[in-house]
Amino acid sequence: MRKLFRYAGKYKVYLFLAPILIIGEVVMETFIPQLIAQLINMISQAEETAIDMGEMLKLGGLMVLMAFLSLGFGAGSARCASVGAMGFSRNLRRVLFDKVQHFSFKNIDKFSTASLVTRLTTDVNLTQNMLMMLVRMAFRSPVMFIMAFYWAWRLNPSLITILLVAVPILFIGMGTITRLAYPRFRALMTKYDGMNSAVQENLTGIRVVKAFVREAFEKSKFAKTADDLMDAQRRAEKVVILNAPLMQILMNGCIVAVLWLGGKQIAVGSMELGDLTAFITYITQILMSLMMLSFIFVSYVMSKASTARILEVLEEEPDIESPENAKTEVKDGSIVFEHVDFSYTGAEDRAVLKDINVSIRSGETIGLIGATGSGKSSLISLIPRLYDVTAGRVLVGGRDVREYDTAVLRDAVSVVLQKNVLFSGSIKDNLRWGNENATDEEITAACKVAQADDFVRSFPGGYDMDLGQGGVNVSGGQKQRLCIARALLKSPKVMILDDATSAVDTATDARIREALRTQMPDTTKIIIAQRITSVKDADRIIVLDEGRITDIGTHEELMQRSEIYKDVYQSQQKGGDE
Amino acid sequence: MPPARNMRPVAKPKDLKGTIRRMFSYVGKDRYKLIAVLVCIAVSAVISALGTYMLKDIIDSYIRPLIGQDSPDFSGLAYILSVLALMYLTSAAATYINNRLTMKISTGTMNRIRKELFDHMQSLPLSFFDSHTHGELMSRFTNDTDTLREFLSQSLPQTVSSVITLTSTLVGMLRLSWLLTIILFALLPINLVVISAIGKRSGRYFAAQQKAVGEVNGYIEEMMAGQRVVKVFNHEEKAQQEFDERNERLREAGTQANTLASILMPIMANLGNIQYVIIAIIGAALLTHSNLIASVGSLVAFMQFARNFSMPITQLSQQFNTILLAMAGAERVFEIMDLPPETDEGYVQLVNAKREPDGSLTESETRTGLWAWKHPHSADGSVTYTELKGDVVFEDVTFGYVPEKTVLHDISLYARPGEKIAFVGSTGAGKTTITNLINRFYEIQGGKIRYDGINIGKIKKDDLRRSLGMVLQDTHLFTGTVRDNIRYGKLDATDEEIERAAKIANADFFIRHLPEGYDTMLTNDGANLSQGQRQLLAIARAAVADPPVLILDEATSSIDTRTEALIEKGMDGLMKGRTVFVIAHRLSTVRNSQAIMVLENGRIIERGDHEALIAQKGRYYQLYTGMFELS
Repeated sequence: MRKLFRYAGKYKVYLFLAPILIIGEVVMETFIPQLIAQLINMISQAEETAIDMGEMLKLGGLMVLMAFLSLGFGAGSARCASVGAMGFSRNLRRVLFDKVQHFSFKNIDKFSTASLVTRLTTDVNLTQNMLMMLVRMAFRSPVMFIMAFYWAWRLNPSLITILLVAVPILFIGMGTITRLAYPRFRALMTKYDGMNSAVQENLTGIRVVKAFVREAFEKSKFAKTADDLMDAQRRAEKVVILNAPLMQILMNGCIVAVLWLGGKQIAVGSMELGDLTAFITYITQILMSLMMLSFIFVSYVMSKASTARILEVLEEEPDIESPENAKTEVKDGSIVFEHVDFSYTGAEDRAVLKDINVSIRSGETIGLIGATGSGKSSLISLIPRLYDVTAGRVLVGGRDVREYDTAVLRDAVSVVLQKNVLFSGSIKDNLRWGNENATDEEITAACKVAQADDFVRSFPGGYDMDLGQGGVNVSGGQKQRLCIARALLKSPKVMILDDATSAVDTATDARIREALRTQMPDTTKIIIAQRITSVKDADRIIVLDEGRITDIGTHEELMQRSEIYKDVYQSQQKGGDE
Repeated sequence: MPPARNMRPVAKPKDLKGTIRRMFSYVGKDRYKLIAVLVCIAVSAVISALGTYMLKDIIDSYIRPLIGQDSPDFSGLAYILSVLALMYLTSAAATYINNRLTMKISTGTMNRIRKELFDHMQSLPLSFFDSHTHGELMSRFTNDTDTLREFLSQSLPQTVSSVITLTSTLVGMLRLSWLLTIILFALLPINLVVISAIGKRSGRYFAAQQKAVGEVNGYIEEMMAGQRVVKVFNHEEKAQQEFDERNERLREAGTQANTLASILMPIMANLGNIQYVIIAIIGAALLTHSNLIASVGSLVAFMQFARNFSMPITQLSQQFNTILLAMAGAERVFEIMDLPPETDEGYVQLVNAKREPDGSLTESETRTGLWAWKHPHSADGSVTYTELKGDVVFEDVTFGYVPEKTVLHDISLYARPGEKIAFVGSTGAGKTTITNLINRFYEIQGGKIRYDGINIGKIKKDDLRRSLGMVLQDTHLFTGTVRDNIRYGKLDATDEEIERAAKIANADFFIRHLPEGYDTMLTNDGANLSQGQRQLLAIARAAVADPPVLILDEATSSIDTRTEALIEKGMDGLMKGRTVFVIAHRLSTVRNSQAIMVLENGRIIERGDHEALIAQKGRYYQLYTGMFELS
């Protein structure tokens, strides 16, 4: 929490002001019973001497004034705490979001998308609520304790001894309860998550469940999860419910003790009746403040998990950053792989790519073919430096990719990823991701190359049609072509299509490739595909198998000498028209 | 600490009384415990009021008379205080028993509701899952049941306790001084006005905050999911800008909502203080200038009551919202429980069969690899057995997911046992829909589907589905080991059977290269596997079921063509003599089928084998030669 506090920024003032105002509120709050005592003292003498109503009204007026002051302080601190805590969480979300923007793919792989989302939403929320409580309660309780103790002491120091008995009991009791409860609540949280994911999984898999007639199986699986949850809940609550009776016994025990000891003192005239009631109020305030303190402590410990998860993100070092004096110009689209090894974990034995050596001329068209999991996507992700090589080096435009400013490099190298994402907003908005300042003509031109212009024009609203979240309003093939157009708008030096036309028919696919060749002759084009027809007319085709390049050549050359290539070709031609 | 949950905007329940009654029916056999709880609450509340009331006696009869005595006799005070202590002990005991029982009741009731909800959901037709988002259904299990638990464990006891405290305080006050009681009541409307004014405004602000939270969370989700694209396009700064705008709006709305929520407490406390002063002054005046108040003890006790009086009122007004909230949640839960389950009037069962020497079929206890439909005839009480062959016939089938929009028009087709039937066509042409009708995920609106000559409406759904192995378009894997996931196809499969199935699906190789082989844990829907690997596992899962009829819906779309060819060979061996339905985008996948149906806009426009369709030079030919695009 302390580490996170520096993100409060200009809201720090409010976060300091809130506890100060709280102190004012508490001072008033603890002063009021003092006045009440005087009131009662006056009343209790009513039978002997007539009450001086003037004096009494003065006292009453003072009390109303205090109440208003207390209200003012209280409201002020509530306001400050809200402004401060909400401002803090805003800043926290901001730095987190910013941090993620600087993450490399490897950093993102480490945290899953879902976990990043929870960290930015739920965890920030919990921390914000914790902070709000902290600034309001964490100061309130000790101040309340001190003030109430002070007044109680002033009223009657001899009665304070009661606290000497009560407070240790309170501490031991609450301490034990907290210590017992904490691990049980952690366990409860896990079970709760367990139930959540059980339901989630059942919902996403409901077709599988029904297709395999596994309803009964799922029911018994869920029943076990639900029972586990119930047991955990009972185990946790069993401890916590001891709190209330413990407090009752202590509180009422103190009252009885005060009545007994105080009553005796009143009888001998060493204490007044009003002081007795005031004393009871102070004892209650003292015990309440201590209970509050232990409650804060528990919540603080519980919120630690969230702050830790937030810190994990903030302290994660983006492992790909532009070097100092980074090169800001990519000369051309030539690419060289020199003895490149690559593994996602960095571990040698789980290498995805092994000793890759290839040199690609600027403007060349390269096909990349290989089985599922042979390392095709990994290979191309090294070119725009989405990942760093484990060994060897990758050169673009004659320089090691690690020498460039990453923004410059990625502007020069355009990738259409296998997992295409369009964002909510209009088609035009999405295309402008490629180039913010693209004119309408440039956008149309890019769409023509990607064979997307025709269907976009057929949409109601044309280029201004809203895509909906995740681009749900267009078909798979259309989505792919929009993604290609978006990548083209960057006017890249290298264009990489990672299985980017799998849902596009062969004729359109061919037209896209033709357009790329004629419209962008100087751009290096790398095409990953499962369909041989998509790579057949490339200048050279790379055949990848289990992370190694087994052959490079033209379609004709490979048909002669590469077994794998021939196999792939035949599997797509079997029963065909030859 | 969630800021004052009872201040959130309240969706009002439609039938409060009915919902509460129904909710209590789930308390079930814990009903007697609930009565005990109520008794305990009453005991605590009455004792607490009585304790305050006794203050008068203690002051008037046991303390004040002693003042000024030379050798005061404290035995009376000791006696009354022992009584008081005993009462408080009883009250603490009652509180504990109450809490303990409440905990049992609330957790038990929740458990029953959750299980019943889940069980009922399993029986609902797929159309239900199509029309509800996962988030929506999840919150039935979490938020809605949690507010219910809160209702049972907090709102309900607190409401009862508040009411009893209020009544007993009122009785106590009236007995002490009716005049002061009336004056106190005259001051009450101020409290109520303040509470309702703040409540109304904060309701509005919380709604605004909720909306802002939704926008921020939505943006976070979209950007985190698309983070790779953001990076590839150097779009980080722009994203940050847009995020900042939404974030700032949330801050503004949140600040307002939270200020109001946390301001209520100081306001109420200090209003109480002011009222207290007024009562004290009036009381003192009455005490000296009239005999409307009996004694100093009475006034002190009354003032104590007055201090405590506003608390149960504040509590009650807050509880009211919580209860409405909880009941609205309960209604949403019950709504789902009330949905009619998937209907099943089927009576024809699938049984293992063996062939008697005379050629007739009889039921067998053990798996024989031969299945039969057990068809009881209610007319004469006889039972006939029909061999399961996988002969599927559609006769003029018409279907739409919603009545207004017909997806399939007059589909007629037949699949003979041992044939491989393929469907090709654009997205939305109705390919997947056809298979969804065979296994009765959805009910047809017109026409007939016959399975081995039996109308599928007569076959028990579970048996029908058991006879059909399916590999679905969206592969879904469950949390558990690879082995568990394959075993999902046949719960009693041996390890050998599982490995054999994996080999058929060509999955054995990659599984063995996983860190723990077949015992590798899959989490998060198999997120650690590639799409192609997930499909291989889904195929293995269907293979281990060894079904008489197999449906492959885009089952190999992410698998390279070479591996696909190997799988096809394996599956052909397994499915020899049985019926296979194949849906695919890739024509190479369907090429060697006996019959290929080309679907367009819910109609079969061409049918035949590959050669025949090519010769026909129709749509299939266009597709094959790349003249036409499938979307």
